[in-house]
Amino acid sequence: MAEAVSPTTSKKPETPRIGVFICHCGTNIAGSIDIDAVKEYAKTLPNVAYVDDYKYQCSMPGQVNIREQIDANKLTGVVVAACTPRLHEPTFRAASKDGGLNPFRFEMANIREQNSWVHMHDREGATEKAKDAVRIAVAKAALLEDLYPKSVPVERAAMVVGAGVAGMQAALDLANAGIKTYLIEKEPSIGGRMSQLDKTFPTLDCSQCILTPKMVDVGRAENIVLMVNSEVEDVEGYIGNFDVTIRRKATGVLSPEEAEAKGIVGGGCTGCGDCGPVCPVTKPNEFEMNMAPRKAIYIYHPQVVPLLYTIDWDSCVKCGLCVEACGEKKAIDLEMQDELVQVKVGTVILATGYEVFPIENKEEWGYKRYDNVITSLEFERLICASGPTGGHLVRPSDGETPMRIGFVLCAGSRDNTGIGKPYCSRFCCMYSLKHAHQIIEKIPGAVPYIFYMDIRSFGKMYEEFYYRIQDEGAKFIRGRVSNIQEDPVTKNVTVYVEDTLLGRPMEIELDMVVLAAAVQPTELTNKTRKLFGVSCSQDGWLLEAHPKLNPCGTTTAGVFLAGACQGPKDIPDSVAQAEGAASAASIPIHKGEVELEPYYAMCIEEKCAGCGMCVNLCPYQALSLVEKDGRTVMQVTEAKCKGCGTCGGFCPGGAIWMNHFATPQIVAQIDAFLLGGEQ
Amino acid sequence: MAENPEGWKPKILGLVCNWCSYAGADLAGGARMQYPPDIRIVRVMCTGRLDPLFIMKAFTDGADAVLVSGCHFGDCHYLEGNYKAAKRMFLVKSLLKNIGLDDRRLRMTFVSASEGAKWAKVVEDVVNVTHELGPSPFNRKYGELKELV
Ligand SMILES: Cc1cc2nc3c(=O)[nH]c(=O)nc-3n(C[C@H](O)[C@H](O)[C@H](O)COP(=O)(O)OP(=O)(O)OC[C@H]3O[C@@H](n4cnc5c(N)ncnc54)[C@H](O)[C@@H]3O)c2cc1C
Ligand code: FES
Repeated sequence: MAEAVSPTTSKKPETPRIGVFICHCGTNIAGSIDIDAVKEYAKTLPNVAYVDDYKYQCSMPGQVNIREQIDANKLTGVVVAACTPRLHEPTFRAASKDGGLNPFRFEMANIREQNSWVHMHDREGATEKAKDAVRIAVAKAALLEDLYPKSVPVERAAMVVGAGVAGMQAALDLANAGIKTYLIEKEPSIGGRMSQLDKTFPTLDCSQCILTPKMVDVGRAENIVLMVNSEVEDVEGYIGNFDVTIRRKATGVLSPEEAEAKGIVGGGCTGCGDCGPVCPVTKPNEFEMNMAPRKAIYIYHPQVVPLLYTIDWDSCVKCGLCVEACGEKKAIDLEMQDELVQVKVGTVILATGYEVFPIENKEEWGYKRYDNVITSLEFERLICASGPTGGHLVRPSDGETPMRIGFVLCAGSRDNTGIGKPYCSRFCCMYSLKHAHQIIEKIPGAVPYIFYMDIRSFGKMYEEFYYRIQDEGAKFIRGRVSNIQEDPVTKNVTVYVEDTLLGRPMEIELDMVVLAAAVQPTELTNKTRKLFGVSCSQDGWLLEAHPKLNPCGTTTAGVFLAGACQGPKDIPDSVAQAEGAASAASIPIHKGEVELEPYYAMCIEEKCAGCGMCVNLCPYQALSLVEKDGRTVMQVTEAKCKGCGTCGGFCPGGAIWMNHFATPQIVAQIDAFLLGGEQ
Repeated sequence: MAENPEGWKPKILGLVCNWCSYAGADLAGGARMQYPPDIRIVRVMCTGRLDPLFIMKAFTDGADAVLVSGCHFGDCHYLEGNYKAAKRMFLVKSLLKNIGLDDRRLRMTFVSASEGAKWAKVVEDVVNVTHELGPSPFNRKYGELKELV
């Protein structure tokens, strides 16, 4: 199909001498695979010069042995049969390098994740499969070539997408580390969900008191370029050099800096608020969960950062009254257009948070049908001193103070009916306990009824908080609420539930019910993650590179995760992950350069007919046609090539050499499997 | 269904991408999901790398079935390699039919990094279908046409 060596290799192919190292992984592998049989078999394979086995190949003695045997046996390649290369390929590449071998002469046979762990009761089948895996790996190792990763400089800037508490923390950390950081937020203000909360468990800190100073810090940090009303539109490039296009949506309002740039001296929005009152259009305020009005030119609340008004174009009638009211400041431009801004950054953190599951889908609880059934986020606004009722909890139906309040936990979470979410939303138990405490504190005589499956109070001081709420007199009923019915006259709501501790069905009439609705990833997060090539798990949350060992990383080098976008997380966990992500994202920037995997494509010019099919196939515009010695041939821009091999899979002339996944190497693996073993 | 020859075990080649299906197969391992051991995996960075000739080579080498598995559409680590691969698989399937091979011997699936259970199910399915079809005519030991290859 093609030559056995790459176009840049000048050396004649040497006779390969491969060392095979088989790992027991304790009993993880040895428990289901006959290691001795695999070992004896490996010795019979062509090109194998040395075979060994060890209890833990990745441990220090295991690695030292690899190093020593490379030298002692003049090995030209190393095969380790152990776990998945996605775990320990870097480990054994380093060990091979220590032994004086080019690290890309290493190949791994996965006999754990894809063998011993999935064929635990078929020792014979698993052993045969392990022999084949070793044979396939040896065949590839015999054809591997020296490769040299290219170092590329890293742009000394970072980007954080989403400015909730996680994104803000990450941006502040990066900025404090001396890195210029672009903070991209789709809403008119930073702060995220936390800015809608009243108090925070388990310490009962006032959310605003701990969040607003941080918001102010973000607003004034010299190294942070804050872009609100903005979304990521396009991403190109790779770690160290991401070219990101940001869409800055037209807000219709100029900041003082923008005004100055336009020559309006001393102008721009100061947040004075003269425009709002004259606006004739009234709309529900989303920040207040639609329980208070706002105008078509608005701010969500007085503490917004940046303090700039925004026009809601969907409802603005362009009457111009606000322009008049703004007067000399000339901050309002009703003809403003979206703007596309290009920035270059070295690393990126996604911190796009979550949204509340549409709990009206669980029809049996009557949300949106019954006035006095609300969600927890609505409760937060109603109990908050800066909320629509000044912190007086009232029933939506009649404005009366409720005395018997039900809290339905796991509303749509841990729900396998197909309507809700199978996972635990993690913070609902705790914030519902907090809500119970708040009503006991604020409304003398009020009784909270908590309907729960089990209370998950896993964090530091959380269990203690749970005891405290029990002592304060909250009533706990263990059972899943099957139905809620409204009395059409009093608008009271009756909850139907089986108390599983007493083993009997109950009906409880309450003044109001609060649903602790599940949370879910947002649709926009899904769009944004695709632009960065980040995967998601089955339930849509962004996928970390490794659940235990790399919880902030993703499979795209240089892109990291922080906060609830990776899975439901409370504030302490979101902030902790943000600090981790910021530290991880700053490493390549401080190092100043990164090594790119040398898996790029090369053109075998003698074979290239210059047809140009590959040029159109490449998703990264890495290929072009050039004139060389009077012929048209393809040329690769190595830095742009990400090594997918889509060109190599198509080239009709077999003229593309994919480093480390070259045609002869893959064909050797296929042949080794099907022709090499026992037929 | 005719009796399959004694001693025959399906030889199935799995060509999978590094970012989704290989990771999904690893996840099945982590979760100890059990499936039949008749598949051997060759890993590529992306299914886009797969030259139709690789698959034809596998069949002429006597493979009883080939499974190609990549990321879901829209989720390819390299944006669109899996679309290109899927198109090529139609081509290979029609080639298989032309040479008289049942095109169910080639299957393309999409298994993400979080779909361990799906991976186990897919392998089980492919193994079952291969048992139904019996040895490939080109199987080096059991195939009717083994003398031809
Ligand atoms: C009712 C309720 C009460 C709670 N009470 C508590 C409590 O008492 N204590 C506690 O610890 N936790 C509590 N939580 C949990 C808390 O809200 C979360 O832990 C926290 O908000 C997570 O922060 P985050 O930054 O990850 O996400 P978010 O707060 O959701 O912030 C994400 C930000 O990213 C922006 N964004 C999203 N997508 C994009 C995009 N594509 N481009 C640009 N910007 C984007 C959003 O507009 C938002 O500003 C509560 C949650 C609820 C629902
Ligand atoms: S990377 Fe999985 S199909 Fe392209």
